[in-house]
Amino acid sequence: MTVLTEKKAPAAEEVTKAAGRPQGRIRRALSTHWYAWAMVAPVVAVIGVIIGWPLIRGVYLSTTNANEANVERTIGVNHIPATYESVGLENYTTILSDGVFWDRLIWTLVWTVSCVTLSFTLGLALAVMLNRKLKGRTFYRMALILPWAVPAFVSVFTWRLLFNEKNGLFNSLLAGGGIDAIPWLNDPTWAKLSVIAVNVWLGVPFMLIAMLGGLQSIPADLYEAAEMDGANAWQRFRHITLPGLKPVSSTVVLISGIWTFNMFPVIFLLTRGGPGDATEILVTYAYRLSFVVSPRDFAGSAAWGVLILVLLSLFAVVYRRALRKQGDVW
Amino acid sequence: MSTSTATKKPRARGERGPLASVGLHVTLVVASLIAVFPPLWLLVTSLKPKDEAFTTDLVKDFTFSNYAHVLGETEFLTWLGNSLMVVGLTTVIGVFISATTGYAVSRFKFPGMRPLMWLLLITQMFPVAVLIVPLYNLLATLGLLNQPVGLVITYLTIAIPFCAWMMKGYFDTIPVEIDEAGRVDGLNPFGTFWRLILPLAKPGLAVTGFYAFITGWAEVAYASAFMTGEENLTLAGGLQTFVNQYTSDWGSLTAAAVIVAVPAAVIFGFAQRHLVAGLTAGATKS
Repeated sequence: MTVLTEKKAPAAEEVTKAAGRPQGRIRRALSTHWYAWAMVAPVVAVIGVIIGWPLIRGVYLSTTNANEANVERTIGVNHIPATYESVGLENYTTILSDGVFWDRLIWTLVWTVSCVTLSFTLGLALAVMLNRKLKGRTFYRMALILPWAVPAFVSVFTWRLLFNEKNGLFNSLLAGGGIDAIPWLNDPTWAKLSVIAVNVWLGVPFMLIAMLGGLQSIPADLYEAAEMDGANAWQRFRHITLPGLKPVSSTVVLISGIWTFNMFPVIFLLTRGGPGDATEILVTYAYRLSFVVSPRDFAGSAAWGVLILVLLSLFAVVYRRALRKQGDVW
Repeated sequence: MSTSTATKKPRARGERGPLASVGLHVTLVVASLIAVFPPLWLLVTSLKPKDEAFTTDLVKDFTFSNYAHVLGETEFLTWLGNSLMVVGLTTVIGVFISATTGYAVSRFKFPGMRPLMWLLLITQMFPVAVLIVPLYNLLATLGLLNQPVGLVITYLTIAIPFCAWMMKGYFDTIPVEIDEAGRVDGLNPFGTFWRLILPLAKPGLAVTGFYAFITGWAEVAYASAFMTGEENLTLAGGLQTFVNQYTSDWGSLTAAAVIVAVPAAVIFGFAQRHLVAGLTAGATKS
């Protein structure tokens, strides 16, 4: 695409005489589309350079044995050239035949599905409540979106403060009630529940606002008509509200599914993936391989990255289907 | 509310019995408390003396010493400056570069559009894990690790696809008739875009920019991996240094967190209505 755009200026002038011959089609295409191509050229060029090139390198690295000790680096004044070599698909076979990847994948899916389901359900319930005549509606709304307004990494630190095992607020309150301290972040099961809880807390406001928007786009006369026909509240919700929300909800569920799947900060800042690697999702595990463990395993991490990308591409296909159903033409 | 009168006459549509009303309010109050409590506790803790950070009572010895310490004796202001510079640059460049693309894919059908949309869609959901290693190696080779420029380039990989996508959504809401009127009056597509559509799209640009800003503002993974050394950190990395395996200075952490959160929350309050509209554009219009 970029190649074509460079030729745009002369082609535009030659348009009239060139039509009809074999290259004529290309020229005609250029003359009709050159401005569209010129408009997208900057993004295509920039994406090609800063995403395309690293991506190709990443795929290449994933087929080598690169690690901290053999990549190109500079120590003081000495420049040490790279000495890693290609190992073919060995990294992939190792990862896929090793239990760690599958364990992490299963937990990532559990994490994504439970976070999205819970925050969607809670967001929808609160939206339905807020979408009525109600005293203090603005106040509730402001209060309920606060978790979204505060930067996520700040909130996560707050939760660590509350979850602190020795003297965090939750355990102090439990102690006051005579209950033993709960190792919120230090026991595998509790840690999993805690990270999910924090992420749901962070995710509900987005769902709430999106669902409110969706609810307001449902025409009120539908409800009136249903009531005339004797439908009760549940039937109205089931047969008008839910179908009416479908376009919005499919979009937000997919978006937040992707966000949650890639949710680095919550896990990384709350538990660092611990205890052990109990709460490590795919993304944080790949990060751990290249930046936390020693020696840093760049090749292994790159291979994890490629596998994660393959999984997400499946997501993309589903997402596009959803967009198409809503009438996006491309 | 009309609940008091509802007992006397038959209830009108949309009115509730008193019991339902109480239930509704109780639920909403509980939900609001859960939503508000952690940020509130952050504020409370930041106003306590350092050694009382974990006491359960509300502020007993009210003090601003944490704030004074954070502002005066730590690198906090440097981090704030770094964050503002990196994220600000990313936002401006991102919106600037992607606006025309958003317009093109919103208005024209052209060969290469489908692949481009796929490209934007997939790059948008790129997990950090895919690019972090090659980017790290590339930046190391170019000598850009620990440099704000390196982080700006990195953040653009997130911002550009996202901005282009959001701008498309916004341009979709501007009637095509305006373009047609421009064309009739003899403007070429660039003229139409520049003189007619862009001025109309200012709110869209602002919202896209704002969203790109808060995304970068809260980014943790790249910032933690690429920036080392106290004076190079951004906020997300810097705040981590207050509480780690060696120290746990919750007083400073909470004070710094409040300073970061308050302006963000206020601006967010103004922009939030438009945010979701932008993200789900197309889904709500029909």
